[in-house]
Amino acid sequence: MSAPAMGTTKTAHSDVAPKKKRGPGALATAYLVIYNVVMTAGWLVIAVGLVRAYLARGSYHGLYYSIEKPLKFFQTGALLEVLHCAVGIVPSSVVLTGFQVLSRVFLTWAVTHSVREVQNEDSVLLFVSAWTITEIIRYSFYTFSLLNHLPYLIKWARYTFFLVLYPMGVTGELLTVYAALPYVQKTGLYSVTLPNKYNFSFDYHTFLILTMVSYIPLFPQLYFHMMRQRKKVLCHVEEYKTE
Amino acid sequence: MKHYEVEILDAKTKDKLCFLDKVEPNATIGEIKSMFHKSHPQWYAARQSIRLDPKGKSLKDEDVLQHLPVGTTATFYFRDLGAQISWVTVFLTEYGGPLLLYLMFYFRAPFIYAPKYDFTTSKHWVVHLACMCHSFHYLKRLLETLFVHRFSHGTMPLRNIFKNCTYYWGFAAWMAYYINHPLYTPPTIYGEQQVRIALIIFLFCQVGNFSIHIALRNLRPPGSKTRKIPYPTKNPFTWIFLLVSCPNYTYELGSWFGFTLMTQCLPVAFFTAVGFIQMTVWAKGKHRSYLKEFRDYPPLRSPILPFVL
Repeated sequence: MSAPAMGTTKTAHSDVAPKKKRGPGALATAYLVIYNVVMTAGWLVIAVGLVRAYLARGSYHGLYYSIEKPLKFFQTGALLEVLHCAVGIVPSSVVLTGFQVLSRVFLTWAVTHSVREVQNEDSVLLFVSAWTITEIIRYSFYTFSLLNHLPYLIKWARYTFFLVLYPMGVTGELLTVYAALPYVQKTGLYSVTLPNKYNFSFDYHTFLILTMVSYIPLFPQLYFHMMRQRKKVLCHVEEYKTE
Repeated sequence: MKHYEVEILDAKTKDKLCFLDKVEPNATIGEIKSMFHKSHPQWYAARQSIRLDPKGKSLKDEDVLQHLPVGTTATFYFRDLGAQISWVTVFLTEYGGPLLLYLMFYFRAPFIYAPKYDFTTSKHWVVHLACMCHSFHYLKRLLETLFVHRFSHGTMPLRNIFKNCTYYWGFAAWMAYYINHPLYTPPTIYGEQQVRIALIIFLFCQVGNFSIHIALRNLRPPGSKTRKIPYPTKNPFTWIFLLVSCPNYTYELGSWFGFTLMTQCLPVAFFTAVGFIQMTVWAKGKHRSYLKEFRDYPPLRSPILPFVL
Protein backbone atom coordinates (compact mmCIF):
# COMPACT_ATOMS: atom_id res chain seq x y z
CA MET A 1 0.00 0.00 0.00
CA SER A 2 1.37 3.40 -0.80
CA ALA A 3 1.86 5.61 2.22
CA PRO A 4 0.01 8.91 2.06
CA ALA A 5 1.70 12.27 2.54
CA MET A 6 4.09 12.48 5.45
CA GLY A 7 3.98 15.50 7.63
CA THR A 8 5.17 16.25 11.09
CA THR A 9 4.52 19.90 11.61
CA LYS A 10 7.87 21.18 12.80
CA THR A 11 8.59 24.73 11.79
CA ALA A 12 11.62 25.17 9.60
CA HIS A 13 13.46 26.94 12.38
CA SER A 14 13.11 24.54 15.27
CA ASP A 15 15.99 22.17 15.83
CA VAL A 16 15.13 18.51 15.99
CA ALA A 17 14.97 17.72 19.71
CA PRO A 18 17.98 15.59 20.65
CA LYS A 19 16.87 12.00 21.26
CA LYS A 20 16.78 11.71 25.04
CA LYS A 21 17.88 8.27 26.16
CA ARG A 22 14.98 7.33 28.41
CA GLY A 23 16.72 4.87 30.64
CA PRO A 24 14.70 2.68 33.00
CA GLY A 25 13.63 4.14 36.33
CA ALA A 26 14.87 2.73 39.64
CA LEU A 27 12.12 0.11 39.89
CA ALA A 28 12.59 -1.00 36.30
CA THR A 29 16.35 -1.22 36.81
CA ALA A 30 15.87 -3.40 39.87
CA TYR A 31 13.50 -5.67 37.98
CA LEU A 32 15.88 -5.90 35.01
CA VAL A 33 18.83 -6.76 37.24
CA ILE A 34 16.81 -9.56 38.80
CA TYR A 35 15.67 -10.74 35.37
CA ASN A 36 19.19 -10.82 33.97
CA VAL A 37 20.63 -12.49 37.06
CA VAL A 38 17.96 -15.18 36.89
CA MET A 39 18.63 -15.75 33.21
CA THR A 40 22.39 -15.94 33.76
CA ALA A 41 21.80 -18.48 36.50
CA GLY A 42 19.41 -20.44 34.32
CA TRP A 43 21.84 -20.79 31.45
CA LEU A 44 24.61 -21.69 33.92
CA VAL A 45 22.37 -24.50 35.12
CA ILE A 46 22.08 -25.68 31.53
CA ALA A 47 25.86 -25.45 31.08
CA VAL A 48 26.52 -27.41 34.26
CA GLY A 49 23.84 -29.91 33.29
CA LEU A 50 25.54 -30.53 29.95
CA VAL A 51 28.97 -31.01 31.53
CA ARG A 52 27.70 -33.35 34.23
CA ALA A 53 25.74 -35.42 31.73
CA TYR A 54 28.79 -35.70 29.51
CA LEU A 55 30.98 -36.81 32.41
CA ALA A 56 28.35 -39.31 33.56
CA ARG A 57 27.74 -40.86 30.14
CA GLY A 58 31.22 -40.48 28.74
CA SER A 59 29.89 -39.43 25.34
CA TYR A 60 28.48 -36.40 23.50
CA HIS A 61 25.32 -38.18 22.34
CA GLY A 62 21.87 -37.71 23.76
CA LEU A 63 22.79 -34.87 26.13
CA TYR A 64 19.66 -32.97 25.08
CA TYR A 65 17.48 -34.94 27.49
CA SER A 66 19.54 -33.91 30.50
CA ILE A 67 18.83 -30.21 29.95
CA GLU A 68 15.57 -30.35 28.02
CA LYS A 69 13.41 -28.79 30.73
CA PRO A 70 15.62 -25.84 31.78
CA LEU A 71 16.39 -25.14 28.10
CA LYS A 72 12.69 -24.87 27.29
CA PHE A 73 11.98 -22.81 30.39
CA PHE A 74 14.74 -20.26 30.07
CA GLN A 75 14.69 -19.92 26.30
CA THR A 76 10.93 -19.38 26.34
CA GLY A 77 11.34 -16.94 29.22
CA ALA A 78 13.35 -14.75 26.88
CA LEU A 79 10.04 -13.72 25.32
CA LEU A 80 9.83 -11.25 28.20
CA GLU A 81 12.59 -9.31 26.50
CA VAL A 82 10.18 -8.38 23.73
CA LEU A 83 7.89 -6.98 26.40
CA HIS A 84 10.77 -5.01 27.90
CA CYS A 85 11.37 -3.31 24.57
CA ALA A 86 7.68 -2.70 23.98
CA VAL A 87 7.25 -1.09 27.39
CA GLY A 88 10.41 0.97 26.91
CA ILE A 89 12.59 -0.13 29.79
CA VAL A 90 15.10 -1.55 27.32
CA PRO A 91 16.18 0.68 24.43
CA SER A 92 16.08 -1.98 21.72
CA SER A 93 13.80 -2.44 18.75
CA VAL A 94 10.73 -4.58 19.44
CA VAL A 95 10.85 -5.99 15.94
CA LEU A 96 14.53 -6.96 16.03
CA THR A 97 14.33 -8.47 19.52
CA GLY A 98 11.07 -10.20 18.68
CA PHE A 99 12.55 -11.71 15.59
CA GLN A 100 15.63 -13.02 17.39
CA VAL A 101 13.71 -14.50 20.33
CA LEU A 102 11.04 -15.96 18.07
CA SER A 103 13.62 -17.78 15.99
CA ARG A 104 15.11 -19.34 19.12
CA VAL A 105 11.71 -20.31 20.48
CA PHE A 106 10.79 -21.72 17.08
CA LEU A 107 13.85 -23.96 17.05
CA THR A 108 13.29 -25.06 20.63
CA TRP A 109 9.60 -25.94 20.34
CA ALA A 110 8.58 -26.24 16.71
CA VAL A 111 11.60 -28.24 15.65
CA THR A 112 13.51 -29.92 18.46
CA HIS A 113 10.59 -30.58 20.77
CA SER A 114 8.10 -31.43 18.03
CA VAL A 115 10.25 -33.79 15.98
CA ARG A 116 11.37 -36.36 18.53
CA GLU A 117 13.65 -38.10 16.06
CA VAL A 118 16.10 -35.18 15.88
CA GLN A 119 16.62 -34.96 19.62
CA ASN A 120 19.46 -37.44 19.44
CA GLU A 121 21.28 -35.55 16.72
CA ASP A 122 24.68 -34.05 17.50
CA SER A 123 23.60 -30.87 15.73
CA VAL A 124 21.29 -30.21 18.67
CA LEU A 125 24.27 -30.26 21.04
CA LEU A 126 26.06 -27.90 18.67
CA PHE A 127 23.47 -25.15 18.82
CA VAL A 128 22.57 -25.70 22.49
CA SER A 129 26.24 -25.25 23.47
CA ALA A 130 26.54 -22.15 21.31
CA TRP A 131 23.37 -20.68 22.80
CA THR A 132 24.43 -21.55 26.37
CA ILE A 133 27.82 -19.85 26.22
CA THR A 134 26.39 -16.85 24.35
CA GLU A 135 23.55 -16.35 26.79
CA ILE A 136 25.68 -16.67 29.91
CA ILE A 137 27.94 -13.93 28.59
CA ARG A 138 25.07 -11.79 27.27
CA TYR A 139 22.98 -11.84 30.43
CA SER A 140 25.95 -11.18 32.71
CA PHE A 141 26.88 -8.32 30.36
CA TYR A 142 23.44 -6.79 30.86
CA THR A 143 23.55 -7.37 34.61
CA PHE A 144 26.87 -5.61 35.04
CA SER A 145 25.89 -2.82 32.65
CA LEU A 146 22.76 -2.11 34.64
CA LEU A 147 24.85 -1.94 37.79
CA ASN A 148 27.36 0.34 36.05
CA HIS A 149 30.22 -1.99 36.86
CA LEU A 150 30.98 -3.72 33.59
CA PRO A 151 34.30 -5.59 33.67
CA TYR A 152 36.16 -5.20 30.43
CA LEU A 153 36.50 -8.98 30.19
CA ILE A 154 32.73 -9.44 29.92
CA LYS A 155 32.44 -6.68 27.36
CA TRP A 156 35.29 -8.19 25.37
CA ALA A 157 33.77 -11.66 25.59
CA ARG A 158 30.37 -10.45 24.46
CA TYR A 159 31.78 -8.81 21.39
CA THR A 160 34.33 -11.49 20.56
CA PHE A 161 32.93 -14.94 21.31
CA PHE A 162 30.17 -14.44 18.77
CA LEU A 163 32.77 -14.67 16.02
CA VAL A 164 32.89 -18.42 16.63
CA LEU A 165 29.62 -19.06 18.47
CA TYR A 166 27.39 -17.45 15.89
CA PRO A 167 28.47 -19.67 12.96
CA MET A 168 28.54 -22.62 15.33
CA GLY A 169 24.96 -22.02 16.41
CA VAL A 170 23.74 -21.40 12.90
CA THR A 171 25.34 -24.63 11.69
CA GLY A 172 23.72 -26.59 14.50
CA GLU A 173 20.35 -25.00 13.81
CA LEU A 174 20.45 -25.63 10.07
CA LEU A 175 21.59 -29.23 10.46
CA THR A 176 18.80 -29.86 12.96
CA VAL A 177 16.11 -28.42 10.71
CA TYR A 178 17.53 -30.43 7.82
CA ALA A 179 17.42 -33.59 9.92
CA ALA A 180 13.78 -32.94 10.76
CA LEU A 181 12.66 -32.63 7.15
CA PRO A 182 12.01 -36.30 6.26
CA TYR A 183 9.99 -36.90 9.44
CA VAL A 184 7.90 -33.79 8.90
CA GLN A 185 7.18 -34.80 5.33
CA LYS A 186 6.29 -38.36 6.28
CA THR A 187 3.91 -37.45 9.10
CA GLY A 188 2.54 -34.20 7.67
CA LEU A 189 3.33 -32.48 10.96
CA TYR A 190 1.64 -29.07 11.45
CA SER A 191 0.36 -29.22 7.90
CA VAL A 192 -3.12 -28.49 6.57
CA THR A 193 -4.31 -29.75 3.21
CA LEU A 194 -7.16 -28.90 0.86
CA PRO A 195 -10.06 -29.28 0.75
CA ASN A 196 -11.26 -27.69 3.98
CA LYS A 197 -13.94 -25.16 4.78
CA TYR A 198 -11.50 -22.29 5.37
CA ASN A 199 -9.82 -22.78 2.02
CA PHE A 200 -6.35 -22.65 3.45
CA SER A 201 -3.35 -24.91 3.24
CA PHE A 202 0.03 -24.98 4.89
CA ASP A 203 2.94 -27.30 4.23
CA TYR A 204 5.31 -27.31 7.18
CA HIS A 205 7.94 -29.21 5.21
CA THR A 206 8.14 -26.44 2.59
CA PHE A 207 8.03 -23.86 5.35
CA LEU A 208 11.08 -25.41 7.02
CA ILE A 209 12.97 -25.38 3.74
CA LEU A 210 12.12 -21.71 3.24
CA THR A 211 13.28 -21.04 6.80
CA MET A 212 16.63 -22.61 6.00
CA VAL A 213 16.91 -20.54 2.83
CA SER A 214 16.17 -17.37 4.79
CA TYR A 215 19.39 -17.87 6.73
CA ILE A 216 21.31 -17.01 3.57
CA PRO A 217 20.42 -13.32 3.46
CA LEU A 218 19.81 -12.91 7.20
CA PHE A 219 22.82 -14.50 8.84
CA PRO A 220 25.52 -12.40 7.07
CA GLN A 221 23.62 -9.20 7.86
CA LEU A 222 23.42 -10.01 11.56
CA TYR A 223 26.99 -11.26 11.67
CA PHE A 224 28.45 -8.17 10.03
CA HIS A 225 26.29 -5.94 12.20
CA MET A 226 27.86 -7.56 15.26
CA MET A 227 31.31 -7.10 13.75
CA ARG A 228 30.63 -3.42 13.22
CA GLN A 229 29.38 -3.15 16.80
CA ARG A 230 32.56 -4.88 17.93
CA LYS A 231 34.74 -2.29 16.20
CA LYS A 232 32.71 0.53 17.64
CA VAL A 233 32.61 -0.75 21.19
CA LEU A 234 36.03 -2.31 21.63
CA CYS A 235 38.04 0.28 19.74
CA HIS A 236 36.66 3.18 21.75
CA VAL A 237 37.75 1.68 25.07
CA GLU A 238 41.27 2.99 24.61
CA GLU A 239 39.87 6.51 24.39
CA TYR A 240 37.50 6.44 27.33
CA LYS A 241 37.81 4.96 30.75
CA THR A 242 34.81 2.88 31.84
CA GLU A 243 33.76 3.22 35.45
CA MET B 1 13.87 45.81 -7.41
CA LYS B 2 16.23 44.24 -4.92
CA HIS B 3 17.50 40.91 -6.08
CA TYR B 4 18.39 38.08 -3.78
CA GLU B 5 21.42 35.88 -3.74
CA VAL B 6 20.80 32.24 -2.98
CA GLU B 7 23.38 29.76 -1.87
CA ILE B 8 22.58 26.10 -1.49
CA LEU B 9 24.65 23.95 0.87
CA ASP B 10 24.65 20.23 1.40
CA ALA B 11 22.71 19.55 4.62
CA LYS B 12 25.17 16.90 5.79
CA THR B 13 28.58 18.12 4.66
CA LYS B 14 27.72 21.86 4.45
CA ASP B 15 29.59 21.98 1.13
CA LYS B 16 28.60 24.83 -1.13
CA LEU B 17 26.72 23.15 -3.93
CA CYS B 18 25.28 26.06 -5.82
CA PHE B 19 25.28 29.83 -5.88
CA LEU B 20 22.51 31.74 -7.63
CA ASP B 21 22.67 35.48 -7.97
CA LYS B 22 20.04 37.95 -9.20
CA VAL B 23 17.16 35.82 -7.94
CA GLU B 24 13.78 37.58 -8.05
CA PRO B 25 12.26 38.24 -4.62
CA ASN B 26 9.01 36.61 -5.73
CA ALA B 27 10.75 33.47 -6.93
CA THR B 28 9.27 30.29 -5.49
CA ILE B 29 11.16 27.37 -4.02
CA GLY B 30 9.95 25.38 -7.01
CA GLU B 31 11.69 27.81 -9.35
CA ILE B 32 14.85 27.71 -7.24
CA LYS B 33 14.75 23.91 -7.49
CA SER B 34 14.65 24.18 -11.28
CA MET B 35 17.66 26.48 -11.22
CA PHE B 36 19.50 24.09 -8.93
CA HIS B 37 18.64 21.21 -11.25
CA LYS B 38 20.32 23.07 -14.11
CA SER B 39 23.65 23.12 -12.31
CA HIS B 40 23.20 19.59 -10.96
CA PRO B 41 21.27 17.65 -13.61
CA GLN B 42 21.33 14.43 -11.61
CA TRP B 43 19.08 15.97 -8.97
CA TYR B 44 15.75 16.65 -10.62
CA ALA B 45 13.36 18.84 -8.68
CA ALA B 46 11.30 15.96 -7.28
CA ARG B 47 14.24 14.51 -5.39
CA GLN B 48 15.36 17.83 -3.87
CA SER B 49 14.55 18.65 -0.28
CA ILE B 50 15.32 22.32 0.36
CA ARG B 51 15.22 23.58 3.91
CA LEU B 52 16.23 26.58 5.98
CA ASP B 53 17.80 24.36 8.62
CA PRO B 54 19.87 21.25 7.90
CA LYS B 55 17.66 19.18 10.20
CA GLY B 56 14.47 21.14 9.62
CA LYS B 57 11.36 20.48 7.60
CA SER B 58 11.35 20.70 3.82
CA LEU B 59 10.15 23.95 2.31
CA LYS B 60 7.17 23.77 -0.01
CA ASP B 61 7.47 24.43 -3.72
CA GLU B 62 4.91 27.22 -3.37
CA ASP B 63 6.88 29.13 -0.72
CA VAL B 64 8.03 32.51 -1.97
CA LEU B 65 11.59 33.66 -1.36
CA GLN B 66 10.80 37.12 0.01
CA HIS B 67 8.27 35.73 2.51
CA LEU B 68 10.84 33.40 4.05
CA PRO B 69 12.85 34.42 7.11
CA VAL B 70 16.06 34.96 5.11
CA GLY B 71 18.26 37.95 4.39
CA THR B 72 19.06 39.15 0.88
CA THR B 73 21.65 36.40 0.78
CA ALA B 74 19.59 33.34 1.50
CA THR B 75 21.21 30.13 2.63
CA PHE B 76 19.36 26.90 2.01
CA TYR B 77 20.27 23.35 2.83
CA PHE B 78 19.79 20.52 0.36
CA ARG B 79 19.07 16.86 1.00
CA ASP B 80 18.77 14.25 -1.70
CA LEU B 81 15.53 12.33 -1.28
CA GLY B 82 16.78 9.56 -3.52
CA ALA B 83 15.34 8.34 -6.78
CA GLN B 84 11.69 9.27 -7.04
CA ILE B 85 8.79 7.73 -8.85
CA SER B 86 5.41 9.28 -9.51
CA TRP B 87 2.44 8.26 -7.40
CA VAL B 88 0.44 7.59 -10.53
CA THR B 89 3.06 5.13 -11.81
CA VAL B 90 3.18 3.34 -8.48
CA PHE B 91 -0.61 3.08 -8.19
CA LEU B 92 -1.03 1.80 -11.72
CA THR B 93 1.64 -0.85 -11.24
CA GLU B 94 0.57 -1.99 -7.81
CA TYR B 95 -3.11 -2.23 -8.84
CA GLY B 96 -2.55 -3.62 -12.32
CA GLY B 97 -0.69 -6.61 -10.91
CA PRO B 98 -3.53 -7.98 -8.76
CA LEU B 99 -6.01 -7.48 -11.56
CA LEU B 100 -3.97 -9.57 -13.99
CA LEU B 101 -2.65 -12.11 -11.50
CA TYR B 102 -6.10 -12.98 -10.17
CA LEU B 103 -7.36 -13.55 -13.71
CA MET B 104 -4.45 -15.89 -14.39
CA PHE B 105 -5.53 -18.01 -11.44
CA TYR B 106 -9.20 -17.75 -12.38
CA PHE B 107 -8.55 -19.04 -15.87
CA ARG B 108 -6.21 -21.64 -14.39
CA ALA B 109 -3.19 -20.81 -16.47
CA PRO B 110 -0.63 -23.63 -16.72
CA PHE B 111 1.93 -24.39 -13.97
CA ILE B 112 -0.35 -23.21 -11.15
CA TYR B 113 -2.54 -26.22 -10.54
CA ALA B 114 -2.18 -29.82 -11.71
CA PRO B 115 -2.04 -30.03 -15.54
CA LYS B 116 -5.40 -31.77 -15.81
CA TYR B 117 -7.04 -28.56 -14.51
CA ASP B 118 -5.35 -26.17 -16.98
CA PHE B 119 -7.84 -23.76 -18.53
CA THR B 120 -10.80 -25.42 -16.80
CA THR B 121 -13.43 -23.37 -14.98
CA SER B 122 -14.79 -23.76 -11.48
CA LYS B 123 -18.19 -25.31 -11.03
CA HIS B 124 -19.05 -22.98 -8.12
CA TRP B 125 -20.89 -19.78 -9.05
CA VAL B 126 -19.40 -17.97 -6.04
CA VAL B 127 -15.96 -18.36 -7.65
CA HIS B 128 -17.18 -16.49 -10.75
CA LEU B 129 -18.77 -13.86 -8.54
CA ALA B 130 -15.57 -13.45 -6.56
CA CYS B 131 -13.57 -12.94 -9.75
CA MET B 132 -15.99 -10.28 -10.91
CA CYS B 133 -15.85 -8.49 -7.56
CA HIS B 134 -12.06 -8.63 -7.28
CA SER B 135 -11.57 -7.46 -10.85
CA PHE B 136 -14.15 -4.70 -10.47
CA HIS B 137 -12.41 -3.51 -7.31
CA TYR B 138 -9.00 -3.15 -8.93
CA LEU B 139 -10.39 -1.74 -12.15
CA LYS B 140 -12.15 0.88 -10.07
CA ARG B 141 -8.86 1.68 -8.32
CA LEU B 142 -7.03 2.06 -11.65
CA LEU B 143 -9.68 4.38 -13.04
CA GLU B 144 -9.73 6.42 -9.85
CA THR B 145 -5.97 6.80 -10.08
CA LEU B 146 -6.25 8.12 -13.62
CA PHE B 147 -9.37 10.29 -13.29
CA VAL B 148 -10.35 10.97 -9.71
CA HIS B 149 -7.52 11.33 -7.24
CA ARG B 150 -5.70 14.64 -6.77
CA PHE B 151 -2.32 13.92 -5.22
CA SER B 152 -0.56 16.25 -2.76
CA HIS B 153 2.82 14.99 -3.74
CA GLY B 154 3.88 14.14 -7.27
CA THR B 155 6.40 11.51 -6.26
CA MET B 156 7.51 9.00 -3.64
CA PRO B 157 10.83 7.22 -3.11
CA LEU B 158 11.58 4.58 -5.73
CA ARG B 159 12.00 1.75 -3.24
CA ASN B 160 8.33 2.07 -2.34
CA ILE B 161 7.25 0.52 -5.60
CA PHE B 162 9.03 -2.73 -4.75
CA LYS B 163 7.65 -2.82 -1.25
CA ASN B 164 4.10 -1.98 -2.36
CA CYS B 165 4.03 -4.32 -5.31
CA THR B 166 5.31 -7.21 -3.20
CA TYR B 167 2.46 -6.59 -0.78
CA TYR B 168 -0.34 -6.23 -3.33
CA TRP B 169 0.85 -8.79 -5.84
CA GLY B 170 1.83 -11.31 -3.17
CA PHE B 171 -1.50 -11.20 -1.38
CA ALA B 172 -3.48 -11.20 -4.63
CA ALA B 173 -1.70 -14.35 -5.81
CA TRP B 174 -2.11 -16.01 -2.43
CA MET B 175 -5.86 -15.31 -2.26
CA ALA B 176 -6.48 -16.12 -5.91
CA TYR B 177 -4.69 -19.46 -5.58
CA TYR B 178 -7.18 -20.75 -3.02
CA ILE B 179 -10.37 -19.20 -4.34
CA ASN B 180 -9.78 -20.60 -7.82
CA HIS B 181 -8.37 -23.92 -6.63
CA PRO B 182 -10.04 -27.06 -7.98
CA LEU B 183 -10.54 -28.15 -4.36
CA TYR B 184 -12.10 -24.85 -3.27
CA THR B 185 -14.98 -25.23 -0.81
CA PRO B 186 -17.75 -22.61 -1.14
CA PRO B 187 -19.20 -21.07 2.05
CA THR B 188 -20.68 -23.79 4.17
CA ILE B 189 -21.72 -21.94 7.33
CA TYR B 190 -24.72 -20.13 5.84
CA GLY B 191 -24.31 -21.06 2.20
CA GLU B 192 -26.03 -19.02 -0.44
CA GLN B 193 -27.48 -16.54 2.03
CA GLN B 194 -23.99 -15.77 3.26
CA VAL B 195 -22.77 -15.06 -0.25
CA ARG B 196 -25.75 -12.84 -0.99
CA ILE B 197 -25.29 -10.72 2.12
CA ALA B 198 -21.56 -10.56 1.49
CA LEU B 199 -22.17 -9.29 -2.05
CA ILE B 200 -24.51 -6.57 -0.78
CA ILE B 201 -21.94 -5.45 1.78
CA PHE B 202 -19.22 -5.47 -0.85
CA LEU B 203 -21.18 -3.42 -3.40
CA PHE B 204 -22.44 -0.99 -0.77
CA CYS B 205 -18.88 -0.33 0.37
CA GLN B 206 -17.57 -0.01 -3.17
CA VAL B 207 -20.13 2.71 -3.89
CA GLY B 208 -19.37 4.28 -0.53
CA ASN B 209 -15.63 4.28 -1.13
CA PHE B 210 -16.13 5.83 -4.57
CA SER B 211 -18.44 8.51 -3.15
CA ILE B 212 -15.80 9.50 -0.62
CA HIS B 213 -13.13 9.70 -3.31
CA ILE B 214 -15.35 12.00 -5.36
CA ALA B 215 -16.16 14.12 -2.32
CA LEU B 216 -12.47 14.49 -1.48
CA ARG B 217 -11.65 15.35 -5.07
CA ASN B 218 -14.24 18.09 -5.08
CA LEU B 219 -12.65 19.68 -2.03
CA ARG B 220 -9.63 20.48 -4.10
CA PRO B 221 -9.66 22.63 -7.26
CA PRO B 222 -7.72 21.10 -10.17
CA GLY B 223 -3.97 21.55 -9.93
CA SER B 224 -4.11 22.83 -6.37
CA LYS B 225 -2.86 21.31 -3.16
CA THR B 226 -5.31 22.94 -0.75
CA ARG B 227 -6.51 21.08 2.29
CA LYS B 228 -10.02 21.50 3.68
CA ILE B 229 -12.18 19.70 6.20
CA PRO B 230 -14.42 17.23 4.35
CA TYR B 231 -18.14 17.46 5.13
CA PRO B 232 -21.17 15.32 4.23
CA THR B 233 -22.68 16.17 0.83
CA LYS B 234 -26.06 15.40 -0.72
CA ASN B 235 -24.83 11.86 -1.36
CA PRO B 236 -25.98 9.69 1.58
CA PHE B 237 -22.81 7.63 1.35
CA THR B 238 -20.87 10.70 2.49
CA TRP B 239 -22.98 11.22 5.61
CA ILE B 240 -20.48 8.97 7.38
CA PHE B 241 -18.20 12.04 7.48
CA LEU B 242 -20.23 13.03 10.54
CA LEU B 243 -18.68 10.18 12.47
CA VAL B 244 -15.39 9.37 10.77
CA SER B 245 -12.36 11.28 9.47
CA CYS B 246 -11.29 8.75 6.84
CA PRO B 247 -14.45 7.00 5.60
CA ASN B 248 -12.63 5.89 2.47
CA TYR B 249 -10.71 3.49 4.71
CA THR B 250 -13.87 2.52 6.56
CA TYR B 251 -15.58 1.56 3.31
CA GLU B 252 -12.45 -0.19 2.07
CA LEU B 253 -12.40 -2.34 5.19
CA GLY B 254 -16.08 -3.07 4.66
CA SER B 255 -15.47 -4.16 1.07
CA TRP B 256 -12.78 -6.64 2.05
CA PHE B 257 -14.86 -7.87 4.96
CA GLY B 258 -17.60 -8.57 2.46
CA PHE B 259 -15.18 -10.34 0.17
CA THR B 260 -13.94 -12.47 3.08
CA LEU B 261 -17.49 -13.48 3.91
CA MET B 262 -18.20 -14.20 0.26
CA THR B 263 -15.22 -16.49 -0.28
CA GLN B 264 -14.84 -17.89 3.24
CA CYS B 265 -11.12 -18.03 2.63
CA LEU B 266 -8.57 -17.61 5.43
CA PRO B 267 -5.92 -15.84 3.30
CA VAL B 268 -8.55 -13.25 2.41
CA ALA B 269 -9.23 -12.78 6.12
CA PHE B 270 -5.50 -12.25 6.67
CA PHE B 271 -5.34 -9.70 3.89
CA THR B 272 -8.32 -7.88 5.36
CA ALA B 273 -6.72 -7.88 8.82
CA VAL B 274 -3.36 -6.57 7.62
CA GLY B 275 -5.05 -3.92 5.51
CA PHE B 276 -7.15 -2.90 8.49
CA ILE B 277 -4.06 -2.43 10.65
CA GLN B 278 -2.28 -0.35 8.01
CA MET B 279 -5.33 1.78 7.24
CA THR B 280 -5.91 2.41 10.94
CA VAL B 281 -2.35 3.70 11.25
CA TRP B 282 -2.91 6.02 8.29
CA ALA B 283 -6.35 7.11 9.51
CA LYS B 284 -4.99 8.01 12.94
CA GLY B 285 -2.21 10.02 11.32
CA LYS B 286 -4.60 11.87 9.05
CA HIS B 287 -7.00 12.49 11.94
CA ARG B 288 -4.16 13.97 13.99
CA SER B 289 -3.13 16.27 11.11
CA TYR B 290 -6.72 17.46 10.72
CA LEU B 291 -6.89 18.25 14.42
CA LYS B 292 -3.59 20.12 14.27
CA GLU B 293 -4.43 22.10 11.19
CA PHE B 294 -8.04 23.03 11.88
CA ARG B 295 -9.13 24.58 15.17
CA ASP B 296 -12.77 23.96 14.41
CA TYR B 297 -12.48 20.30 13.52
CA PRO B 298 -15.70 18.42 14.42
CA PRO B 299 -15.10 16.69 17.75
CA LEU B 300 -17.53 13.82 17.17
CA ARG B 301 -15.34 12.21 14.50
CA SER B 302 -13.14 9.13 15.02
CA PRO B 303 -10.31 8.23 12.66
CA ILE B 304 -11.73 5.08 11.03
CA LEU B 305 -14.44 3.30 13.05
CA PRO B 306 -17.32 5.39 14.46
CA PHE B 307 -16.83 5.90 18.20
CA VAL B 308 -14.42 3.00 18.40
CA LEU B 309 -11.12 3.65 16.65
